[in-house]
Amino acid sequence: MNAELKSKLQKDAARVRMNVIEGTFNAKSGHPGGSLSITDILTYLYMEKLNVDPKNPRAEDRDRLVLSKGHTAPALYAVLALKGFFPIEDIKTLRKPDSYLQGHPSMHMTPGVDMSTGSLGQGISVAVGMALGAKLNKKAYRVYAILGDGEIQEGQVWEAAMFAAAKGLDNLTVVVDNNNLQIDGTIEEVNSPYPIDEKFEAFGFNVINIDGHDFEQIAAAFEAADNCKGKPTAIIAKTIKGKGVSFMENQVGWHGKAPNAEEYEIAMAELKEAL
Amino acid sequence: MAEVIKKATRDGYGDGLLELGKIDDKVIVMDADLAGATKTGVFKKAYPEKFFNAGIAESNLFGVAAGLSLTGYTVFASSFAMFAAGRAFEQIRNSIGYPHLNVKICATHAGISVGEDGASHQCCEDIALMRTIPGMTIINPADAVEAKAAVLAAAKYEGPVYMRFGRLAVPQIFDEDTYEFKWGKAATISEGTDVAILATGLMVNEAMIAAEELKDKGISARVVNVHTIKPLDEKAVLAAARDCGCIVVAEEHSIIGGLGGAVAELLSEKLPTPIARVGVNDTFGKSGPAVDLLHEFGLDAAHIVKAAKDVVKRK
Repeated sequence: MNAELKSKLQKDAARVRMNVIEGTFNAKSGHPGGSLSITDILTYLYMEKLNVDPKNPRAEDRDRLVLSKGHTAPALYAVLALKGFFPIEDIKTLRKPDSYLQGHPSMHMTPGVDMSTGSLGQGISVAVGMALGAKLNKKAYRVYAILGDGEIQEGQVWEAAMFAAAKGLDNLTVVVDNNNLQIDGTIEEVNSPYPIDEKFEAFGFNVINIDGHDFEQIAAAFEAADNCKGKPTAIIAKTIKGKGVSFMENQVGWHGKAPNAEEYEIAMAELKEAL
Repeated sequence: MAEVIKKATRDGYGDGLLELGKIDDKVIVMDADLAGATKTGVFKKAYPEKFFNAGIAESNLFGVAAGLSLTGYTVFASSFAMFAAGRAFEQIRNSIGYPHLNVKICATHAGISVGEDGASHQCCEDIALMRTIPGMTIINPADAVEAKAAVLAAAKYEGPVYMRFGRLAVPQIFDEDTYEFKWGKAATISEGTDVAILATGLMVNEAMIAAEELKDKGISARVVNVHTIKPLDEKAVLAAARDCGCIVVAEEHSIIGGLGGAVAELLSEKLPTPIARVGVNDTFGKSGPAVDLLHEFGLDAAHIVKAAKDVVKRK
């Protein structure tokens, strides 16, 4: 990856993070922690990787992305807005009555959202169905499912993983946002899903471990997924919950809490430095 | 008297799928390791490339069906009612109902007539569960002919449909050559003025027998086949209440939340009318021959007759 692209992506990601803070601050609720941990990956996918067109959000041949960890909708909305699916200023309407930016993604309300999600464990199955449909339709598009590391405690995730591998869905890439925190504590304290990579391997996936904040590793992993034939890919992305905002990083309390006015100012000032 | 043909509605489902395979290349069928029992196996045999087995994983089954529907397919996904409406309720609610996707949830082995497998498999709660999902259509055919016709009609409708089929071979009421499935319309099978019996599923046949018995006792009973429970044909229900002055609802389902619940909700708001509900009386089932169980749990013509005589007195 050339330095120019890397720098652009880092700035894009900073803008996305600022809009995560903007949205949750205005909503006085929402999930900044997991939104900030998945920001770099969503930024790379939408700004660089996915074949999507903001002017034609339902194009038949587009790539699809299912945000299975639907509570991190603020990051998805911020990146969709940056891509041009809707005006960035609408981020301030997040979670408000009459807003098309619901607390969790709603496919019929928000341009660019491919599936309604929010109930953990379900999005991956839908992504698997989309990938199977692409194969049946002989379409070349790829399908991406973004999961939380706590989310993979849901049994349905493994039902879906088993099915995807059994059907050889190499057009499916699953990302696990391994920020190590869930509402009640660290994922080990609550109910450890580790080793995540070995579990997906055992289920028949091509598995890639990366630093989920390193754009070069992110780009290489998705490229490797493209080139893997015969099996789906799982990218286990080691991330930092709350990444980019010092007082939110690795703090379980910022899973589902909005910043107050003072915290908002500090967070925005920190993120601005990355622009 | 001509011999009565008996055939399970699940077989009508299989017939419908086979027909769809011929005429609609966008139909995909899925199952969760029950293809032989649900009759999706009939489709699998004829169109193996359009059939997918999720294995014993109903949550994933309905999620994958949702995803496939988003790539342009009409997906018929099957399991037993217990594991479709029951186990996968929330997947159906959130991944199919909320985005209003084109998935047909085809649940067989509904009700007490599952028989020997007993209570764990006798789902008498599915209509109640599915009724609470906004935008869900619920169809409960009375015989195999109606089942097949309903399947063909559901394929033409864009959106989620819950279809309920039985395991037990039941008398064929309708003539395949003349039967027409009218989407969303309850069908009056016989006219009557003293009491209206609103029946669904295998209770339609029992209602017809009951109406004959009531006639002998001087009670004129209207029989209405409510094959579509949601959206309820409110016009037909209100007309029945207005014309007859009292209602018996008969269903192979809990008396809580099913057709009886739907009719009671409607009438209590719009046209308070004496109602008697014939159904499973808030209890679990048990093992035994299906027909014996139907009698034991009060799901037969005799119980409809008794309910009708009682409700007429409450007018």
